[in-house]
Amino acid sequence: MRSRSFLTGFLLAIGSASAALLFRRRAARRRERAELYLADGTLVSLVDGQPGADRLLEHARELLTAARA
Amino acid sequence: MASPPAQALADLTEISTQVEAAVVFDREGTVLGSTVDDERAGRLAEAALELVRAADEAVTRADAMEDLVQLDVALADGSVFVAADGDRLIAATTAPEPTVGLVFYDLKSCLRGLAEEPEAKPKPRRRTATKKTGDEKP
Repeated sequence: MRSRSFLTGFLLAIGSASAALLFRRRAARRRERAELYLADGTLVSLVDGQPGADRLLEHARELLTAARA
Repeated sequence: MASPPAQALADLTEISTQVEAAVVFDREGTVLGSTVDDERAGRLAEAALELVRAADEAVTRADAMEDLVQLDVALADGSVFVAADGDRLIAATTAPEPTVGLVFYDLKSCLRGLAEEPEAKPKPRRRTATKKTGDEKP
């Protein structure tokens, strides 16, 4: 009986930690975006998954890596 | 006495606590000044030019008629900023979730400083991004 409740608690803890990790990763990915400001004040906003956004995010990652290398 | 780009970048890093690294370059990719060593500055300028080209293509795809003047890319582990003033550009990196408007203001000020003739000017004061507590007097 005691070992069963320990196992339940252990599984619950593992499940909670995994869910928190997944949630944080998804939230971080959702925040990734590019904002392009044009001369007339127009803003073009691109989020991960939109056409052209992947390339912009990739180049920005390269730049960030080069700056911190 | 430091060259105008070096002085402008020194002022930038003194004023803005959010900017980690910055490089000033032209549209050919020639580095005019940077806060990092020459090798890294070259790589930064090259990556920033690629970023600007990709952004120009994205603007064209969006059927926008105006030119790109500045951009920022927010990533999970930091942000990248590029601002342009004619043929001169500045790229900078920051930690995640910076104060976007403030960083752009500082980068534009740096570019404007480069466009002006070097003159004797007062030493800039350090500024930090602080949150309002709400109990301050107006």
